[in-house]
Amino acid sequence: MAPNALPPSAELELTGALPELATVYWRPRASDQSLTRAGRLWTVTTVAHSVPFVAVAVVLTLLNPITLPVALILYAHAWAIPELYAARGAGVVRSRATGDGAPERRALMLLGDLIGLGARELHERTGLVIERGQLGTWLLGEAGALLVRPGGRRVHCYCVKATDRTLPAGDRIAHLLLALRADETGFATVANLAFSGAVWRLRRRLAPGGREALDAASARAATRAATAPEQSGAAVPARP
Amino acid sequence: MSRLIRMDRTGHTTVAEWTTDDPATVSDAVAAFRAELDQGYFAVVTRGEGQAEQVTELPLDAPLVILRRPIAGG
Repeated sequence: MAPNALPPSAELELTGALPELATVYWRPRASDQSLTRAGRLWTVTTVAHSVPFVAVAVVLTLLNPITLPVALILYAHAWAIPELYAARGAGVVRSRATGDGAPERRALMLLGDLIGLGARELHERTGLVIERGQLGTWLLGEAGALLVRPGGRRVHCYCVKATDRTLPAGDRIAHLLLALRADETGFATVANLAFSGAVWRLRRRLAPGGREALDAASARAATRAATAPEQSGAAVPARP
Repeated sequence: MSRLIRMDRTGHTTVAEWTTDDPATVSDAVAAFRAELDQGYFAVVTRGEGQAEQVTELPLDAPLVILRRPIAGG
């Protein structure tokens, strides 16, 4: 068996589902509702991490103003925690070293054939491929994906990548794109959630190209939410 | 002419080409397809804008079949 291939015991009788789901069999399949829950849980967790620092800072300041320097340090901790989470989320779409040789050009040709003109132009400028899905609007990078939820205000950041490290960057994105198109909820299940939070918080941590792509995805997600409100909260079946 | 391509370190490689009018090319393509799946590749066929389908049998009517490696959470 080739390296990185799934073990025989993990093989699935394919019914349109991603075969990689066998490697995360313990996870319930992602859905619109589960993503909404995950987003809320992230927010609650972040607040729970930050609020104690703020509370202690306030109490210290009230008890004795001389503790103000310590309180300021605590405030800084409270501020830094969500920022660190956002930085972690931004890291999933950070561009890796890209080769400029013939393999990269061939990979980009194939990727270009898979996506539309607008997505191709955005990819040339930002290194990210935009793709509309049932769960929201996706941005695919070489080793991760962003999902801007309908409404355009919350984003989920996923670590997910092709297991073959020798692939050119264009092929790595094409791997994610094909898997996403084949089974969107399966894709969201296989991927590891690195961050969920406000788009504005993530945006500050992205490179300029990433910001442009995120703006485009947010605008598209907001448009879609405005035009298809009935989809909000609806269960999303796996694509056949 | 339909094509079976494999995404690899060269960008992509054409593994087989076939036409349904030529049974020899079809049987070669089917054999090559099975061999790639045995090596751990997954086969995907694009089905219009934004749609793709995992396949385990070579769809002879598809103009392009793409072989990919597994993905995993990082």
